[in-house]
Amino acid sequence: MAKPKVATTSLCGCFGCHMSLLDIDDRILKLVELIEFHKSPINDIKKFTARCAIGLIEGGCCNDENVHVLQDFRKNCDILISVGDCAIMGGIPAMRNTIPLKECLEEAYLNGPTVYNPSGQIPNDPEIPLLLKQVYPCNEVVKIDYHLPGCPPPADTIWEALVALLTDKPVDLPYELIKYD
Amino acid sequence: MSGTLENTVKDICRSHSNDRTRMMDIVREVQARFKCVSSEAMDVIAAAVGTHRVEVESVVSFYTYLSEKPKGKVVIRLCNDIIDKMHGVERVAQAFSDALGIKFGETTPDGTISLEYTPCIGLCDQAPAALINDVPVTDLHRSIARQIVADLKKHMDPKRLVHRLGDGNNAHELVQSMVVNNIRTEGPMVLSPVNRGEAIKQALAISPVEVIRAVKTARLRGRGGAGFPTGMKWEFTRAATGEEKYVICNADEGEPGTFKDRVILTERPDRVFAGMTIAGYAIGAKTGIVYLRGEYAYLRPYLEHVLERRRNDGLLGQNVGGKEGFNFDIVIQMGAGAYICGEETALISSCEGLRGDPKNRPPFPAQKGYLDCPTVVNNVETLCCVTKILERGPGAFNEYGSQGSAGTKLLSISGDCKLPGVYELPFGIKLSEVLKQAGAEDAIAVQVGGASGAMVAPNEFERTICFDDLATGGAIMVFGPERNVLEVADYFLDFFIEESCGYCTPCRVGNVLLKERLDRILAGHGEPADLDYLQDLGETIKTTSRCGLGQTSPNPVLTTLKNFRSAYEALVKERDDGLQPSFDLSEAVGDAEQIAGHKSVHAD
Ligand SMILES: Cc1cc2nc3c(=O)[nH]c(=O)nc-3n(C[C@H](O)[C@H](O)[C@H](O)COP(=O)(O)O)c2cc1C
Ligand code: SF4
Ligand code: SF4
Ligand code: FES
Repeated sequence: MAKPKVATTSLCGCFGCHMSLLDIDDRILKLVELIEFHKSPINDIKKFTARCAIGLIEGGCCNDENVHVLQDFRKNCDILISVGDCAIMGGIPAMRNTIPLKECLEEAYLNGPTVYNPSGQIPNDPEIPLLLKQVYPCNEVVKIDYHLPGCPPPADTIWEALVALLTDKPVDLPYELIKYD
Repeated sequence: MSGTLENTVKDICRSHSNDRTRMMDIVREVQARFKCVSSEAMDVIAAAVGTHRVEVESVVSFYTYLSEKPKGKVVIRLCNDIIDKMHGVERVAQAFSDALGIKFGETTPDGTISLEYTPCIGLCDQAPAALINDVPVTDLHRSIARQIVADLKKHMDPKRLVHRLGDGNNAHELVQSMVVNNIRTEGPMVLSPVNRGEAIKQALAISPVEVIRAVKTARLRGRGGAGFPTGMKWEFTRAATGEEKYVICNADEGEPGTFKDRVILTERPDRVFAGMTIAGYAIGAKTGIVYLRGEYAYLRPYLEHVLERRRNDGLLGQNVGGKEGFNFDIVIQMGAGAYICGEETALISSCEGLRGDPKNRPPFPAQKGYLDCPTVVNNVETLCCVTKILERGPGAFNEYGSQGSAGTKLLSISGDCKLPGVYELPFGIKLSEVLKQAGAEDAIAVQVGGASGAMVAPNEFERTICFDDLATGGAIMVFGPERNVLEVADYFLDFFIEESCGYCTPCRVGNVLLKERLDRILAGHGEPADLDYLQDLGETIKTTSRCGLGQTSPNPVLTTLKNFRSAYEALVKERDDGLQPSFDLSEAVGDAEQIAGHKSVHAD
């Protein structure tokens, strides 16, 4: 039987959640026995060419391209997991949500105390994705099946959850793995 | 800092003995004098009463009647609660807005008139209604709104807007209000004619313990909502140790749809004060406090006058009723526009000069209440019942009502009915009978108990009004065939979101999440799973909130989910694309498209 495929992506995240995934260390060898990585920054596969069992999403949606990717994941994956607080709630990037977009851009490119921008332009190339008026948690854009909290979730949490899901067993996360204060 | 401001504020503080616990009086007076409690004023107050500035600021920012920014000399507070919405308040609002040339929440550029919305002001039976400073104006429509603005621009005197006087004491020279009582049924207890002094005479003839026994024998339960046995509450307070003890009359009446205490205070205040005096005798208190909601400030001069008359007649003061050594007097503490202050521990915080935050329980007010002293808090109507019980004996009281709910209950009925107003009816009466009396036979839904109560469907109209079935603090809001119950529930969530004190997360955040999901359903984006979400979240808020506000705030949603399920089911549908229909990319990216000057390649 072909191994189930797992896709991952980082939307509006810091890649910390992907780092945490890599923190499973040598268990990654066990993992690739269980699964095959499909579209993911880990192997640099850019496009879905096959149906995936699981999609791991890091980060929320801050721009139109994030939305596009997330919807693509929803189309191509059976199960979507929001990994980390950014995916679940917007996280740190969502701190801009109370500030109008125009003000954010002006602060970042024109008025901020450390800005050096003699041309006074706000980047506007059509290649650059357009920012949304706020940062959205993934489950406000598409349906998400599971949430793994943490910033980032510890490697063990990701590992336990994946293994449970792939072996069709109930996930058993000890208190230490889901306690964050 | 301007010298006059400093001196005036200092004078105000001094007139309240520079007492930190009198903060509400101080800031209310500063607000009245300067139309704001400015940053400078807060510094002066903090220094004068010996507290931190942040304490003053937290009070000023908490209550809607207080503001750091100046308001107009005249503030128009238009009720846009659910009943007023049903009576066309939008058109009235537009007329005010047009005539003044400002939006709600704004003040005219010359600083004279402010326009605001307010939740229920206890005039639902004559809605749409507004308060203009302290003066109630009722039965509004567009042309009246325009006339009010024209008159105010001429004389700036809200009192002169009253062209007709209401019935009963509304016409008293100290009230002079256009409010009407709309008493539809004058029952045998609370609204029966007052026999002044009799109850106190009877009470003072027996021992305090016997007074408590009489209240227990009558099986009196609190009328404010929770229905706690009054005799037991008094017994606890009597037994508690404390240098001083206090009796507080809860006249905050903030539950939307409730206005019966307004009518009692207008027509039977002696009965309320007698009840407080009897409570004072029973528990051993020297001081009673009436916590009067800010919205009822127009009744205050009259109530002060009634208190003064009682002092002159020996029914308050030293040796009350000729009883050697029984000294008892009553003061009025004004609220400043906060629903949560009806909750007894928040009310106590407010009396103590703090934000109206509820306190942790235990200790209960009976052990540690006002200024940490044992305190009885009772509703206006409960205290009237006490007076009647002492006057006529417990037997005459509990011959009305049912076993678990003795006596009569005042109901304030409003909404889609022919005869809105106050009804004193025996407990145990069927809701259908109440609706018949009010001329509301075509009701499709009835909210019993106000915003925090239950939305009842016609198949349950045979249920009875009492503590064990349909409990209510007095509110009965009727909804006719053309109303959408889900929109009503949605509105009530707005109310709770606004009125939550914000202390605990389930209430502060949970109600917002409930509302977001309900809005999603109302917009046609809901799915069946959303109903489970509402149910789960509602139950979580109820079980994890600290005080009664959060513990009841999901009720409109939960009871409509139960009793009007088909209304929800008609709006939701299953989807299989895995997308959230509530997310609209073109809307989310619209600002950026405008700033960038080009379209998104991803949005359609
Ligand atoms: C949010 C909230 C608001 C309340 N508002 C009122 C009120 O306006 N009037 C009132 O008498 N009780 C109100 N109560 C109930 C009081 O906390 C308290 O139970 C009552 O005043 C006790 O008096 P009783 O035993 O005579 O009913 C409220 C409770 C909550 C939780
Ligand atoms: S949750 Fe934390 S680690 Fe993960 S993307 Fe967000 S900020 Fe980075
Ligand atoms: S339940 Fe709501 S009103 Fe009550 S303490 Fe908590 S936040 Fe405040
Ligand atoms: S006065 Fe407007 S709803 Fe009560």
